[in-house]
Amino acid sequence: MADLPEPLPVQSAAPEAAEASIIGLTLNGVTRVVPLDDPRVTLLDLLRERLGLSGAKKGCDRGQCGACTVLLDGRRVNACLVLAVTLDGAAVETIEGLGGGGALHPLQAAFVEHDALQCGFCTPGQIMSALGLLAEEGNDPDPERIRAGMSGNLCRCGAHPAIVAAIRAVIGAGDRSEMPE
Amino acid sequence: MKAFDYLKPDAVPAAVGALAANPDAKLLAGGMTLLPTMKQRLAEPAALIDLAGIAGLKGITLDGDTLTIGAMTPHAEVAASATVAAAIPALAALAGGIGDPAVRNRGTIGGSLANCDPSADYPAAVLGLGATVITDRREIAADDFFLGLFETALEADELITAVRFPRPLRAGYAKFKSPASRYALVGVFVAETVAGVRVAVTGAAASVFRAPAFEAALAADFTPGAVAGLSVDAADLNADIHAEASYRAHLVTVMAKRAVAAALE
Repeated sequence: MADLPEPLPVQSAAPEAAEASIIGLTLNGVTRVVPLDDPRVTLLDLLRERLGLSGAKKGCDRGQCGACTVLLDGRRVNACLVLAVTLDGAAVETIEGLGGGGALHPLQAAFVEHDALQCGFCTPGQIMSALGLLAEEGNDPDPERIRAGMSGNLCRCGAHPAIVAAIRAVIGAGDRSEMPE
Repeated sequence: MKAFDYLKPDAVPAAVGALAANPDAKLLAGGMTLLPTMKQRLAEPAALIDLAGIAGLKGITLDGDTLTIGAMTPHAEVAASATVAAAIPALAALAGGIGDPAVRNRGTIGGSLANCDPSADYPAAVLGLGATVITDRREIAADDFFLGLFETALEADELITAVRFPRPLRAGYAKFKSPASRYALVGVFVAETVAGVRVAVTGAAASVFRAPAFEAALAADFTPGAVAGLSVDAADLNADIHAEASYRAHLVTVMAKRAVAAALE
């Protein structure tokens, strides 16, 4: 092959060669500069283990359960399937960024109002996913569309009907009378 | 996950050069399959070459009757694209049914094709529409691209840059999906093009394949009824905890009928 390009800078995981890279990201509106000593660190581990934000939960750690859902540049992602080292310049929103001044975000308030949780483990992911759904697809109140749009977030307690009702309430389309018996 | 080096080239030649220089490296597109596979230690690449820094690998353009989708374009962008919806609505619908929203926001068409999962959706569209896979060095016709289980015609250091789809007269896709993963137990893509009818089946066998008997029947009569009496040989199909081979064979016929109905809508 002619004209081989210059070797790329490599971030190595080998300790002796460890050359810490530094990423800058906007986390819940605040600029953070984070040193990374290992490219294996996922966004989820960065949040939970290194930045003290334990709202996003580690359920399956392989993109199946949605408990780690956060917004990356405004769109939903599984934080367990994003390498932190790839996020230089990105904007991340987590459940900790919602509400403020002691007030709940309307989605949080609706989840409380509709009993849209039992154990609560999946709830931060559900709420961030719902936030992403409203941002990505607008305020269509069709329950089937909401169910499809929330299909990446599993609730093993079975709160899905109440979750759909809570989202519909935020859209302005639902009320308690539509709750399943 | 085993340790790996991380590289982020900013141009295709640099990525290809890095891949050629690191035979044990893997290209990282959306990572929706590669990262879980690495977490399960089913893949242990020595290096990841991140394609996200390369400008020009992402985007959708329509030139006449040719729709070109950049390899790093995520499924959600294809699903929401007015350009795709106008040119090949069945392709937009297919992209909107892959996995779940978080997966669609990250997963890419190039990654899906290079991985060549037997249950993936995109291979059905690429083969069914007679698309062309464009790489850093050549163009590969869909009929020559899919070789087998997770096996494609790509060389070890070859990189997909885009996929070119000819606009069909009409097309439809139907899949019977796993309720958990949304992967296709069986998916059938049907397209009527100026060059004839093409029927591609995913999920059913080791790799996506065409169904010539279905194509001939639909060429004569493009209706769901034309394929109702046809079937594929179950001996060649997958059998696993989700479905026996005979059930998959049954689903091929049912999904073909539904795909034709969708194309006629």
